[in-house]
Amino acid sequence: MNVKVTDKIATIIFYTIAIVITLILVGLLSFILVKGLSGISWGFLTKPPENMKAGGGVGPQIFNSFFLLFLTMLFTVPVGIGGGIYMAEYSKPNIVTNIARLVIEVLSSLPSIVVGLFGLLIFVQKMGMGFSLFSGALALMIFNLPLMVRITEQSLRAVPVEQKEASLAMGISHWKTIVSIMLPIALPGIITGTILTAGRAFGEAAALMFTAGMSSPPLDFTNWNPLSANSPINPFRPAATLAVHIWKVNSEGLTPDAKQIAASASAVLITCVLFFNLLSRLVGKLIYKKFTAA
Amino acid sequence: MIRTTRENDKVKDVSSLNAKYYDTKNKIVASIGKYYTYSCIFFSIMIITFLTYFIASKGLSTFLKDGVSLFDFLLGTEWKPEHENTPKFGAFAFIFGSFAVTLLSVSLSTPLSVGAAIFMAEISPKSGSRFLQPVIELLVGIPSVVYGFIGLSVIVPFMRNTFGGTGFCLASGTLVLTIMILPTITSVSYDSLKALPGGLKDASYALGATRWQTIYRVLIPTALPSILTGVVLGMARAFGEALAVQMVIGNVQRLPNSIFDSISTLTSILTLEMSNTIAGTTYNNALWSMALILLLMSFIFIFIIRILGKGSKLNER
Repeated sequence: MNVKVTDKIATIIFYTIAIVITLILVGLLSFILVKGLSGISWGFLTKPPENMKAGGGVGPQIFNSFFLLFLTMLFTVPVGIGGGIYMAEYSKPNIVTNIARLVIEVLSSLPSIVVGLFGLLIFVQKMGMGFSLFSGALALMIFNLPLMVRITEQSLRAVPVEQKEASLAMGISHWKTIVSIMLPIALPGIITGTILTAGRAFGEAAALMFTAGMSSPPLDFTNWNPLSANSPINPFRPAATLAVHIWKVNSEGLTPDAKQIAASASAVLITCVLFFNLLSRLVGKLIYKKFTAA
Repeated sequence: MIRTTRENDKVKDVSSLNAKYYDTKNKIVASIGKYYTYSCIFFSIMIITFLTYFIASKGLSTFLKDGVSLFDFLLGTEWKPEHENTPKFGAFAFIFGSFAVTLLSVSLSTPLSVGAAIFMAEISPKSGSRFLQPVIELLVGIPSVVYGFIGLSVIVPFMRNTFGGTGFCLASGTLVLTIMILPTITSVSYDSLKALPGGLKDASYALGATRWQTIYRVLIPTALPSILTGVVLGMARAFGEALAVQMVIGNVQRLPNSIFDSISTLTSILTLEMSNTIAGTTYNNALWSMALILLLMSFIFIFIIRILGKGSKLNER
């Protein structure tokens, strides 16, 4: 065959691939939104789920998802940023750094169900925390830590070396340079990455089934005592998140409207994840503008 | 005169004292900060150590304490953990299921993903970065239960109507995973194609090669180690994916006869049975052995990626 014809055919094939992938995404999103949005009402977003009859909502699950996300980030961000600073600034080319790098790689490729099972063994059983938001947050921390470390490291490495050197040349200590000069410059990258990490944690289910549990106690949203069993902000109560709830409804849902609930809950979940995605872009752009316009 | 000198001295004294005070304070803060970052990394290393130790000790006790032979576990096809007299712990069907669904989805996804990466890097960088890049990023963001739900409500009925049977089958799991690992392979391949030195392409064009010839004779071979890294990362994701797969493969515990048969994978068995068993029983330990296999496989994937990284010429920069 003529080489030019082959070239044309190849080009057409590449275009087809690009179009097919785009269509898959459009199909996925419109399927979820079309099927799901019709079932979304104020009641669906606030009411607790029903066990047997139709008409239940996902109110507590939505709350659980956000609360768990908050707890997870509370654990992940400080440790992740600390680890990232070590990798970018303090690591020397020695065996410890090599091990650390390997550990981060291994952690980031762990199947989420393995993390969940480890959480079941250690946090739920050995440490006696039971199925709770706290165990779930710790499991998600293991899941998100490598990402957070990598994001911080990359953002710090992207800081212009002249700025770091200028600070060091003025006699400012290495730590002070990191905290007052480099971290502010790296902040847009870190924040964008953190929001993306949050989106990932928000949709995670396999790691949570065995740690945060698959059910929620009846919640009393007027009770804000963090130690009482039916208080929404008690971190030691079991809590099914939105993603876990979708799985549960699909595989063992007994209500007649299980399909519709799964579709609507998926639509809510997707909307939240898209929102996180959008937010990270927006925030990244805004902060970038603020720091470069000066 | 004398008075002023004295005052000056006093001022100097105080400021040097202050400086000394701030100096020690800064030093303390700096070393606290430094050791804090050390402890964060130490913490990560401890997590992986504990994780490996506990899963290994649970998983190995099937063989060491309960006396199930490793051979029977890995190659036995009978899974009857609750049989009264002769319980059987053959996990071959699940191991086979995991490998089958992984290899099939990777072989479907790789041409698509590499094609998409080439499209973004070489064919049309403009529409690539404007449309395809966001599409890929959104695909990464979709949670796995949502993929499972879509598989359940679109792919499974489609399979049922087209090929008969229940629709819950190896092929459905393969299709779901193909889409799920597509962004992983695409973004790694794209990065590696982007990182190629521009001279390579120019030299090829200068010799009169067409774009397609340049792509498959020059660019792909040069970027191959990194593209393979992406493929292995995709495999790791497919092998460890639990819920999306579990929801569409039917979870029948035997070896499939065709790709339209129901199967089980290591992850699907763990998802369904772990919470029904009592800690310490052989049944429970056998499940932990499967978790150990998942863990070891993810170590092996990382090992392969490391070897590929060493072979890559790009890393020599």
